[in-house]
Amino acid sequence: MVNLLWAGMILIAIFVAGINGRIDIITQSIFSSAEQAVGIALSLISIMAFWLGIMKMIEKSGFIHVVIFFLKPLAHWLFPGIPRNHKAMNAVLMNMSANLLGMGNAATPFGIKAMEELQKMNHQPDTATDDMCTFLAINTASLTLIPTTVIALRAATGSQNPTDIIGTTIIATLCSTAAAVFLDRFFRYYNRLKKY
Amino acid sequence: MNPYLILSNISTWVVPCLIFMAIFYAYLRGIKVFETFVEGAKEGFGMSIRLIPFLVGMMVAIGLFRDSGAMELLGNMLTPLLKILGIPVEVLPLAIMRPVSGSSALAITTEIMKANGPDSLLGRMAATMQGSTDTTLFILAVYFGAVGIKKTRHALTVGLFADAVGILAAIFICRLVFL
Repeated sequence: MVNLLWAGMILIAIFVAGINGRIDIITQSIFSSAEQAVGIALSLISIMAFWLGIMKMIEKSGFIHVVIFFLKPLAHWLFPGIPRNHKAMNAVLMNMSANLLGMGNAATPFGIKAMEELQKMNHQPDTATDDMCTFLAINTASLTLIPTTVIALRAATGSQNPTDIIGTTIIATLCSTAAAVFLDRFFRYYNRLKKY
Repeated sequence: MNPYLILSNISTWVVPCLIFMAIFYAYLRGIKVFETFVEGAKEGFGMSIRLIPFLVGMMVAIGLFRDSGAMELLGNMLTPLLKILGIPVEVLPLAIMRPVSGSSALAITTEIMKANGPDSLLGRMAATMQGSTDTTLFILAVYFGAVGIKKTRHALTVGLFADAVGILAAIFICRLVFL
């Protein structure tokens, strides 16, 4: 699926640009995107370093149990493959908490850390595990309670009541998360049935 | 106090409070806070660098698709279908862009809000769409890229399906609530 999407986007883009007589745009676009990608990775270093430092401290002191208390039962249901009190579970829960509270750039470092811990339990290092897919599903659906960026944007464009979209956002994100979890569960069982 | 102030305060307070409590608690427990911090922070560098090939691959494809005009073409092709579903044409570029590119989606949302007013139906629809889903392709590239997963199995299908559900839900709920 990823291969198809990737090849499709690039091949169609070059084809369309050629027909429209804008073939010169291709090289230009490639270099600016590639540069942007490296820029994002480099700027990630700073927040990754900071949040992973804080994460280590939270784990070592035991403060993590306070932070993740409410989400723990839900996470055990979502990720049956992660043992209780495993490091991967801590990172997964920190990522979910950061997303819920709209902590913006803190969610990514915790998420990457979670993937790293999940990878340690993976017997086929080039293939995603069931729990990784569930984790990605929840993150792409972006379950959130406070959509901080959007609220700030509405305030900046002169809204009378920037927060009045919180209710609709929570309902919509619940729908997308439910859809993601449902389809993910379906694939879990479907793949298991196929194996036997 | 109006709800906007309370909420924007919650989100600006939550990060400093977490950092304060994390360090305070660790210090009380007798943990060598600075050394522990540095030990954790060290891991950040390698993880970020490992992402580069995955991000370059994904962002080049997305950039090409957008800059070549293919994205616009896809939009035009989808318009009749949207009319049947009752989706306003104005939010279509956002619906297509949201799972693909976070910064472009945010730019489109800003544009819609400026053009129609943030408190119009379209403005609120765009805001809800923006807030209720995330950039699936970026998350996939970053999270799988960080650990070198190449076979992503059903993750992309699930992510895109969730985006579609989220976007449709956003449109219908906004109609119900704000119309």
